[in-house]
Amino acid sequence: MGRHVLLIEDEPNITEAMRFILARDGWTVSSHADGATAVAAVSRARPDVVVLDVMLPGRSGYDILRDLRADPGTRRLPVMMLTARGQLRDRERAESFGVSHFMTKPFSNQEVLETLNSLVAS
Amino acid sequence: MSFDLLVSVSLVYVGFLFGIAYWAERRARRGGVRWLRSPLVYTLSLSIYCTAWTFYGAVGYASRSGLEFLTIYIGPSLVLFGWWWILRKLVRIGRSQRITSIADLISSRYGKSAMLGGIVTLIAVVGTTPYIALQLQSVTLSFGVFAEGAPGSFPVPDQRPTAIWVAGGMAVFAILFGTRNVDANERHHGVVTAIAAEALVKLFALLAVGIFIVWGVAGGIGPVAERIDASSLARIPLDRGRWLALIFVSGAALLVLPRMFQVLVVENEDERHLATASWAFPLYLALMSVFVIPIAAVGMSELPSWANPDLFVLTLPLAHGQDMLALLAFLGGFSSATSMVIVAAIALATMISNHIVLPLWLSLRKGAPGNLRLVLLSARRLAIAGVLGLGYVYYVWSGGGRELAAIGIISFVGVVQVMPAAVGGIFWRGATRRGAAAGVLLGAAVWAYTLFLPSFGHGVILPDRLFAQGPFGIGWLRPQALFGIEGLDPVVHAVIWSMAANCTAFLLGSITAFPAPLERLQGAQFVNVYDHSQGPRGWSQSRAEAEDLLIMAQRILGPRQAQDLFAGEARRQGKAGFLPDTSPDFLDRLERELAGSVGAATAHAMIGQIAIGTAVSVEDLMAVAGEAAQILEHSIQLQAKSDELSRTARQLREANRKLTELSVQKDSFLGQISHELRTPMTSIRSFSEILMDGEGMDPGARQRFAAIIHDEAERLTRLLDALLDLSVLEHGQAPLNCETVRLRDLIGRAVAATGSVGPGAGLAVRREILEEDVVLRTDADRLAQVFINIIANARKYCDADEPQLRIVVQRHGARLTVDFIDNGSGIRPRDQGVIFEKFSRLSDQSAAGSAGLGLAICREILQKLGGSIAYLPGQGGAAFRVTLPLDISACAA
Repeated sequence: MGRHVLLIEDEPNITEAMRFILARDGWTVSSHADGATAVAAVSRARPDVVVLDVMLPGRSGYDILRDLRADPGTRRLPVMMLTARGQLRDRERAESFGVSHFMTKPFSNQEVLETLNSLVAS
Repeated sequence: MSFDLLVSVSLVYVGFLFGIAYWAERRARRGGVRWLRSPLVYTLSLSIYCTAWTFYGAVGYASRSGLEFLTIYIGPSLVLFGWWWILRKLVRIGRSQRITSIADLISSRYGKSAMLGGIVTLIAVVGTTPYIALQLQSVTLSFGVFAEGAPGSFPVPDQRPTAIWVAGGMAVFAILFGTRNVDANERHHGVVTAIAAEALVKLFALLAVGIFIVWGVAGGIGPVAERIDASSLARIPLDRGRWLALIFVSGAALLVLPRMFQVLVVENEDERHLATASWAFPLYLALMSVFVIPIAAVGMSELPSWANPDLFVLTLPLAHGQDMLALLAFLGGFSSATSMVIVAAIALATMISNHIVLPLWLSLRKGAPGNLRLVLLSARRLAIAGVLGLGYVYYVWSGGGRELAAIGIISFVGVVQVMPAAVGGIFWRGATRRGAAAGVLLGAAVWAYTLFLPSFGHGVILPDRLFAQGPFGIGWLRPQALFGIEGLDPVVHAVIWSMAANCTAFLLGSITAFPAPLERLQGAQFVNVYDHSQGPRGWSQSRAEAEDLLIMAQRILGPRQAQDLFAGEARRQGKAGFLPDTSPDFLDRLERELAGSVGAATAHAMIGQIAIGTAVSVEDLMAVAGEAAQILEHSIQLQAKSDELSRTARQLREANRKLTELSVQKDSFLGQISHELRTPMTSIRSFSEILMDGEGMDPGARQRFAAIIHDEAERLTRLLDALLDLSVLEHGQAPLNCETVRLRDLIGRAVAATGSVGPGAGLAVRREILEEDVVLRTDADRLAQVFINIIANARKYCDADEPQLRIVVQRHGARLTVDFIDNGSGIRPRDQGVIFEKFSRLSDQSAAGSAGLGLAICREILQKLGGSIAYLPGQGGAAFRVTLPLDISACAA
């Protein structure tokens, strides 16, 4: 079972923190900071799981998720959304688009690892 | 003859008059007898002109002044015969305007002026009072004659109680028949018929006495002519001035005496009656005067020289033992007195109640007029009693012994002061209220000063010295020799001066005053009365079909209400079906109903068109236009109200929209704050957990992660500072620290503060050092904060290969502009509107460490400093213009 994660996140410090904890856990980590080209980046990198921020430059995480779910190649790809806007409305919206897991910032490192591991296991 | 018999005969005669009046009143109410409304009755009713003065006094006048008494007959005859067109116009105006008195005529003509109505009423009361006293005096004297004529038969009655009884009786008669009702047209059929009967009695009595004297005493026409030649009468010279003055005054009096106006105009049934009166009334006057000279001549030759010539008509028959003829003559004199007094009292009471009591009552009882009909009736009854009471007081005061004719003439000259305003008003459109008031008041004042007050005798009211030397010794102001013109007869003197003053004031007042709209309208209606009136008003000659009226009424009142009205009327008339007869009563009621819906003038015009088939008159059109204008006025007011309401609604919608917007903004503001706080906290939490795990980490990484935690903590602090700063600025709590700085130093500080190392250090800042040499008085730290923000933005966002920022300074009087222009790709037009809003960091130009509050803070600061910040489009790159005052006034605070 591959453990390749793609981080779509525009905050460099957050990307660096996640890269460190995931790599330490044995994951292969790639990252992408731009919203507009994120869908293409997913097709190119073919990760096993995607961590998707909502507020991205160029394009919002919701739009990216919708496109991923519309594409047969990525329809079943596990996607965990991370957002600093933790309101109920945002969670419902993400779920209506078919998110695999929704997590608000700030997160605990342990929680991120457990979630991602369970997402690739199922 | 006993006193009791005399009193009994008088009472029976009064009873007879009551009977006539009562009968005529009832007949008139039931549709009447045609001859009651004939021109003959009208002409006879005019005979109230011939009062006791004429009946008794003419003989006395003739024996003192010869033929001069004729002037009193010539004046009215000339008016009726030669100038009946004046009368016709008066009558027509009286009908079309529903005039109730001479005071009403003048008040209406001059824009329904309450003031003029009151003035004319007062003058009429003052002018009529001596005349009523005169009647009381003559009746009382005639009672006395019977006492003297038969010495021993009954004691000479005390004259004053007699006068009181006479006055009281007349008051009762006038009240009973003059104030039975308040009627719009103020007609009194009963009274008019009774005075017509009295006119016959006095004519018959005087002719009988005359015939007895000429043929029974003197023995025919020839001997009478000899006696006249022999008497002093033939030697009395004609005073040409007095003749002209008296003819003028008596002619004018016919037009404006309150009692004459009452019978001539108010009681007039049909203006064609004037044509009959124009020859019949002069004829009546001629018959009344034909035996005056013979009676005077015979009286002077037969009776002792101390006999009062004013009473020859009674004393001559008595001296010849003709008691019954004397009694007839007494009744004739009694008739003359009663008819004059009754009509005068009614006319004055109408004027007093309408022009003095009612205006006062309405102004005292604002809003709650109460039972006006009762007020009017009570006022009239009291006024009648009051007028007769005044007459009695004057009679007692003046001593009751003066010549009848003299009192009559004084009274005439007073009342005639109303004439210029009245006649001028109906022929001259330029006549105005001011002119009328000035003329009447000035004329009356001159009359009072030169004739009325002196008539009480020198030293009674006006002191003796005044007549000899004038007031304050001013000789040319002597009452009977104004402007030093002496030797004139007092009456001529008074007529000339009062009329001259009156007419001059009337003309000058009218020319110099501009009439109010209502006054002009009334003036046009009076002067051009023939153009737009159809004679009698009311619907007496209706040709209306009930069906036509119903169709029209349905259109206005609605089918249901109109049909109910018509069916109800038909039931009242006892008719089967639902269409009533179109009786005048019904038409009046219908007009009132319609007036409630469409206005009085429109209702009148509509019914007029169906009922009489007349074209709508100019008068009607003007009234309709008046109503339409009022409706238009109302609709304009409604329109304004409706505009105001929709404006308010729009403002409310706008306010609501703003509130909703604010609420949305608040939500998104909180969302933004949450995002901006959580982002650095995420890094801090994540890295601190990594550091806490501690294992397998080289010291370099540990160092680096700690640095990140530090940076993010600082970022959080900056964010909180910015938020607090903005909050303070927005709520106006930030104090300004004013100081004097050089712009060049301020910009230098800002450029240095944004740092020439780190990201954006490559930005080349190009300044215009010379232009920057400007001294400012402002809050330097705040202004530096603005400049730092803008320059930092340029360092962050300018995406040119060789980023460059130009700072351009320009002075415009007391203001300064500082432009910051970079050479990047600028801000997209659709974003330019939002960059100054909070958290408006444009997502595709995002840079770490910015929450998007900078420009919002800049905007708030500049607002405080009395300046502004704006984005300048079309400068190649991003360009901001800061505008500042050189010296801010806010510093003073």
